[in-house]
Amino acid sequence: MIWLDTIVQGLLLGGLYALFAAGLSLVFGIMRLVNLAHGDLIVLAAFIVLVVVEATGLNPFLSALIAAPALFAFGWALQWFVFNRVLGKDILPPLLVTFGLSIALQNGMLEVFSADSQRIPAGPLESASVDLGAVTVGIMPLLTFASAVAVIFALNQIFYRTALGRAFRATSDDPVTASLMGINPRSVFAMATGLAMVIVTIAALYLGMRSNFDPSIGPARLIFAFEAVIIGGLGSLWGTLVGGAIIGVAQTVGAQINPEWQILAGHLAFLAVLLVRPRGLFPRAVD
Amino acid sequence: MLETHSLTASYGQFKALFGIDLTIGAGECVAIIGANGAGKSTLMRSISGVLKNAPGMVVHKGTPIGDLPADAVLQRGIAMVPEGRKLFPSLSVEENLLIGGQIRRGDGRWTLETVYDLFPILKERRLSPATALSGGQQQMVAIGRALMSNPELLLCDEISLGLAPVVIRDIYAALPRIRETGAAVVIVEQDITRALAVADRVYCLMEGRVTLTGPTASITRDAVHAAYFGDAA
Amino acid sequence: MQVTVTTRTRASTVAGFVALGLIALGLILPAFASRSLIQDLFFILTMLTLAQLWNLIAGYGGMVSVGQQAFVGIGAYAMFAGVILWGWDPVPAILLGGVAAFLLAIPMAFFAFRLQGAYFAIGTWVIAEVTRLVIAQWKTLGGGTGTSLPREATSDIIGVATIAELFGLRDAAARDVLAYWLALALAVGTMAAIYALLRSRNGLALTALRDNDNAARSVGVDAGRLKWLVFLAAAAMTGLVGALIYMQTARISPDAAFSVTSWTAYVIFIVVIGGIGRLEGPIVGVLVFWGLQTAFSDYGSWYLLALGLIAIAVMLFAPRGLWGLFASRTGIALFPVQRRLVTSGLVTGQPNTQREEVT
Repeated sequence: MIWLDTIVQGLLLGGLYALFAAGLSLVFGIMRLVNLAHGDLIVLAAFIVLVVVEATGLNPFLSALIAAPALFAFGWALQWFVFNRVLGKDILPPLLVTFGLSIALQNGMLEVFSADSQRIPAGPLESASVDLGAVTVGIMPLLTFASAVAVIFALNQIFYRTALGRAFRATSDDPVTASLMGINPRSVFAMATGLAMVIVTIAALYLGMRSNFDPSIGPARLIFAFEAVIIGGLGSLWGTLVGGAIIGVAQTVGAQINPEWQILAGHLAFLAVLLVRPRGLFPRAVD
Repeated sequence: MLETHSLTASYGQFKALFGIDLTIGAGECVAIIGANGAGKSTLMRSISGVLKNAPGMVVHKGTPIGDLPADAVLQRGIAMVPEGRKLFPSLSVEENLLIGGQIRRGDGRWTLETVYDLFPILKERRLSPATALSGGQQQMVAIGRALMSNPELLLCDEISLGLAPVVIRDIYAALPRIRETGAAVVIVEQDITRALAVADRVYCLMEGRVTLTGPTASITRDAVHAAYFGDAA
Repeated sequence: MQVTVTTRTRASTVAGFVALGLIALGLILPAFASRSLIQDLFFILTMLTLAQLWNLIAGYGGMVSVGQQAFVGIGAYAMFAGVILWGWDPVPAILLGGVAAFLLAIPMAFFAFRLQGAYFAIGTWVIAEVTRLVIAQWKTLGGGTGTSLPREATSDIIGVATIAELFGLRDAAARDVLAYWLALALAVGTMAAIYALLRSRNGLALTALRDNDNAARSVGVDAGRLKWLVFLAAAAMTGLVGALIYMQTARISPDAAFSVTSWTAYVIFIVVIGGIGRLEGPIVGVLVFWGLQTAFSDYGSWYLLALGLIAIAVMLFAPRGLWGLFASRTGIALFPVQRRLVTSGLVTGQPNTQREEVT
């Protein structure tokens, strides 16, 4: 019984990791950019949501709704003014720029928000749970998982049902030819990073409500996100959810055996998948 | 309608074009012929904005556009069918066409329906991934995709390359219907006979320079041969 | 008419002599330098070595690792294990660090080489994290909180007594001198080895590999073997440096020894600011980094914030770094690896100082 519970908790935790990963996957899929500051951007978004909560007294969900457009604009500007300038055949410049951004963000947040642990207050939701017969699960993890499914579903709709999604896919295939179709790849990239920041805001909302956070935890979130993306297969959004679930289950199972092994078990699961399926579980046919 | 003035282009150290002067009138059909590596595709890429130039090197309706990016050039009504077709593999046939119409100029003639009317086979295959089609059908998608923006000038780069003669015939058969809309067409070809048969005027390029130009009616086979291969005979 | 291929320029010949002079000066420096200068130089030399090694694998080999802290950490821990568990003298125990890092690099390369580009970067990072988490379970070496070198081990390190006597120093200062000499030897040895490698046939192949994997393969470069070789060698050297750094610190913890910021972020900034893909880059970079650190480290996280922004700015506006800017203006290369044809005194290729000799 304890194992069933462990696995369910792990699956639900995977929802959080899938939320971390969805933005990374989106950006990578469209412009082959791996943003090493992704984890720090999640933490930044969590602080911004917290600031809105404290300033307005609104509940966290409404606060995230208010923060999202600002973070969209931030992501758009980041891509337009910085990342677009270093995208190209050489992967080193974007990697180094996002790494520099990661360090800058961590230390900037340290100055502004201090090293103290923070939490986004979620009221009674924090401890509410629902009895599903065999297992009892928290409302918050359930909500996280449902949001992850919703985000990935919505992203798929955007990708395959809208003109923007068409432009995303075309630009991802071939930016030069896309520009011959009247698409400005730079503005498509900026839209994509803006959208990724909206997902980051959702991820940050749950990160902040479920556990304490401080300016230093970004890199670890980046690694979880990255592992979920790789396990799922580059560019596969639903694969990202599966990848998140695998990391989540591995972590809760590891923690069940020895609390110190939680993170380690997640990493080992990732390495094991990498060993047998180097391109992930659901690799994209065209790449 | 469109002119180039002493257009030059280079890839790094390698100079591909040495001062090309070219004019294309409204509604005209102009053929650009030349051997492999003569600079034909570079010329198309320069006009369409894929390659950046000095502003004044390309002039459209009196406005210098040499430095505009490709998306801005398209907005001025200049569309290109790129060499090698360059369809988007992640998109279906219909999505490829739709993306060509993402920027439309006025209520011109070309819509999904009229493109399907021009190339009926595409309607049957409309939901297939674009790259699952045969080479000829892919070329039709590429042409249809460029038409979807209702261009005033259509640049066709090597549309017969790698296709069987019977397929080439089908594709060229669409040309009169494209010209009916009043659009000017530039055809880049290695197949001299085919190009001379449809064009009003011809430019022959060799090693980055124009070696022959004039109305197709007034040009002899020998002159073309000399301009194409560079021998003085 | 005789045609030869050379990489030599007048600037490089001068640089060679200057380098020899600097090495000699470096060797005798402890006789008259202050202890704080020796400590600063230790810091500069170890960071320079780490930067040269990262530059080798990333700048020349195209393998952008963000997991170098794994080798620093495992090297340092192996040295601690040698001293604490097996009673080795710390100096020979440094060699254990090189061996441990080499052994770790084998599985790391096995996994990471399955990943391309940016994913290689994070893959190496994950493996470094795994190593940190495993080492934190090693209770005899202090687990997650870490441990210190025992007093008796640090008090009679080989050679310290002699140095103390020679320069009339106290033991602690003499230990610094020893660590400094070892750092000097590692830095010079690393740079000489990298320079020799780059000028060899393998060096040419390595750069060909970075520029185009497939093309290099098609002209017969054994991509896999060469990448493995460079990655493992750099890992082993990084392990030695890690062991040396922690011999001098004498106190270790998993978080510090496996710090991505200290051992990879700083190193990358040094290389980027100085100029990636050139031997001169890390030298310039480490001096700039040390200067910034000395001047501004009191400002704590503001300083790090600025460092991150400087790295971004350099990448945006001078992607080849400060040395790249300088070299493209002047054409000077202190450690040229570019081959030029020399035809009976006539030089083709780079406009260079040697041209003056012709006229």
